Amino acid sequence: MTLDSIPNNVTARISSVDMRGAHGLRLMEMGLVPGAPVRIVKAAPLGDPIQICIHNYHLALRRTEASAIEVTINS
Amino acid sequence: MSAVLNTFSISERAPLSLPRTARPLTVIVAGNPNAGKTSLFNSLTGLRQKVANYPGVTVESKSGNWFVSGNGPAIRLVDLPGLYSLDATSLDEKIASEILLDASATKADAIIVVADATNLVRNLYLATQLIETGRPIVLALTMVDLAERAKLKIDPAKLSDELGVPVVPIVAKQRRGLEQLGQAVLDVAGRGGRPSIDVKAARDSSARNRHSTLIQRYARIERIVSEAVETRTQDGPDISERIDRFVTHKFLGPVILLLVMLLVFQAIFSWASLPMTLIDHLFSGLGDVVRANLPPGVFTDLLTDGIIAGVGGVIAFLPQILLLFLFISLLEDSGYMARAAFLMDRLMRAVGLHGKAFVPLLSSFACAVPGIMGTRTIEHLKDRIATIMIAPFMSCSARLPVYTLIIAAFFSGKTVLGVVSLGAVIIMAMYLLGIAVAIVVASILKRTILNAPPPPFVMEMPPYRLPNFGNVAQALLTRSTVFLKRAGTVILAISILLWALMAFPRSSAPQSKTAEGAVQIENSFAGRAGRLIEPAIKPLGFDWKIGIGLISSFAARETIISTLSIVYNVGEGADNKSASLVDTLRNARRADGTPIWTPLTGVSLMIFFLLACQCMSTVAVVRRETNSWRWPLFMMGYMLVLAYVASLVTFQGGRLLGFA
Repeated sequence: MTLDSIPNNVTARISSVDMRGAHGLRLMEMGLVPGAPVRIVKAAPLGDPIQICIHNYHLALRRTEASAIEVTINS
Repeated sequence: MSAVLNTFSISERAPLSLPRTARPLTVIVAGNPNAGKTSLFNSLTGLRQKVANYPGVTVESKSGNWFVSGNGPAIRLVDLPGLYSLDATSLDEKIASEILLDASATKADAIIVVADATNLVRNLYLATQLIETGRPIVLALTMVDLAERAKLKIDPAKLSDELGVPVVPIVAKQRRGLEQLGQAVLDVAGRGGRPSIDVKAARDSSARNRHSTLIQRYARIERIVSEAVETRTQDGPDISERIDRFVTHKFLGPVILLLVMLLVFQAIFSWASLPMTLIDHLFSGLGDVVRANLPPGVFTDLLTDGIIAGVGGVIAFLPQILLLFLFISLLEDSGYMARAAFLMDRLMRAVGLHGKAFVPLLSSFACAVPGIMGTRTIEHLKDRIATIMIAPFMSCSARLPVYTLIIAAFFSGKTVLGVVSLGAVIIMAMYLLGIAVAIVVASILKRTILNAPPPPFVMEMPPYRLPNFGNVAQALLTRSTVFLKRAGTVILAISILLWALMAFPRSSAPQSKTAEGAVQIENSFAGRAGRLIEPAIKPLGFDWKIGIGLISSFAARETIISTLSIVYNVGEGADNKSASLVDTLRNARRADGTPIWTPLTGVSLMIFFLLACQCMSTVAVVRRETNSWRWPLFMMGYMLVLAYVASLVTFQGGRLLGFA
């Protein structure tokens, strides 16, 4: 599943980042690298963008960008 | 040489002082946005800062002198725009990485890389990228006090061993660690050195290569951090996340944003008016004193009506600019600005703009000049320019006197549905029309000349922090000097030019005092221009006297009132409430006895004033913010066309519908 589709406050692990889009590199530079744990904090009042917590800091990104990130939820 | 550089560590011995004959050292300060770079730079240089533009672009560079030891030579310290990586996405980042990578261009002797101790993993990404280039680097670990409070135990020596560069923990506000930083910088700069790896090759590597080096880099950083930093796992969300529960709450969030913006709006709309009136009185008083003590003539007129009035007009902007930037600095430094952009992004994106465009656009309702200066928080150039291009459509406070004059003359005392005054409805319609036009223009611009793949909205939400008073004061000082120097000079030059257009050629037919003014302005270049453009503006319902008003109001929109007072012989000093000007407008007749001014003319003029870029200060500040004449000229051009067409449609359409 992709980062934009996981529920709030569940910690997931990034499995891959789609580099075909223009922003894949930037997302990875910001620390969204495979293996990193990530958590969705909340969505903005209109549902987009979303706020995530990665490497212990907070980042806002739009759902379209978040959909480029594959994650797995460890159960 | 490079072998030495690659293996040195903080324990290595190096000459402690530099040869006296050496040229002043240049040291660059680089780091992620929000990493405490500005605080460090301000602490090291104090108030002695120079702001310059990089050639041909809007990005600013700050430099200042850093006296490392009491009697030693000063180091030239250069502050770069914040960047997350050397592979730039925004213009600010591109410039910064350009300077960091091109050693020969800047002749930097050392680089201080600023890294936020509370957010070490991401901050070390840029640091390791830079360290890999082999340049002389010192890592300044900022916010160590906050890291301690967050129960992060960082071992600087270990970090230094792993990274291969000196690491100095600092707290800029308390000046902790600044001396050690100075010593470390002198040490690495004394060693000299050249990039040990091929910088060009590092940048031009293919996407696949970048992808794998990126993953390796992060893996290495995580290993280093896990060894050098002792983390105690936190229980539950941190304090910022708890504050966010209110500040970006579904319902509370927008309410808080509304209240904050109301405060900003109130400040620039109403608190600024007192100092602005004072400045206005001060300069008109000064003009009167000069006029009373000098013999009448061209020189005195130039001094009073041209120069003193022009300088006063420039300085009158300062209260609004200072207040807006006070709020912008506080909002940025506290971390709230990112939350405002987070809340507004979805709405702003509907018109193709960034969430950060919201605050500057709202401020433009008070005045577009500080609003346009406020767009520099928007990182991507095309987004920033699109925001600048539509900012003047927000109905500013200078348009209000024009609206109220026309409402007083033609729509006073009338109501809609028996309760709401027609005047209020018209003013509200003007505000809404401005917003509607801005939305349409923004969408068109973003699809045509400013078309670009939408930049990523990947925005850090920095932790809430108390704003640093010194940083805020420094920002205010910088913005006001930059405005006075760069935009102020252009505004002054144009106001002197406009004065000359109305003062020459000289008429020598002294009658009464007021008639003299009317005769002078009628025969002046501006008066002739008014007659010249009469055929063009006639279809809008305007005569040549209004034409003069349109020309003179380029100085500032409200100037049309004093100009109309002069051409209609009402006497100077008439304001929009003056009954005589209102009566004169109502009773003005053409040769055939038909009234010049009808309610329809009034509406047509209001729409023209709403849409035309009748404001040289806006033009000057756009020139300054985009660093070229291309955008301000484009702005004037398209706004004029739009205003003309809209007024034409209003007047001719209104006549067809039977309004007069």
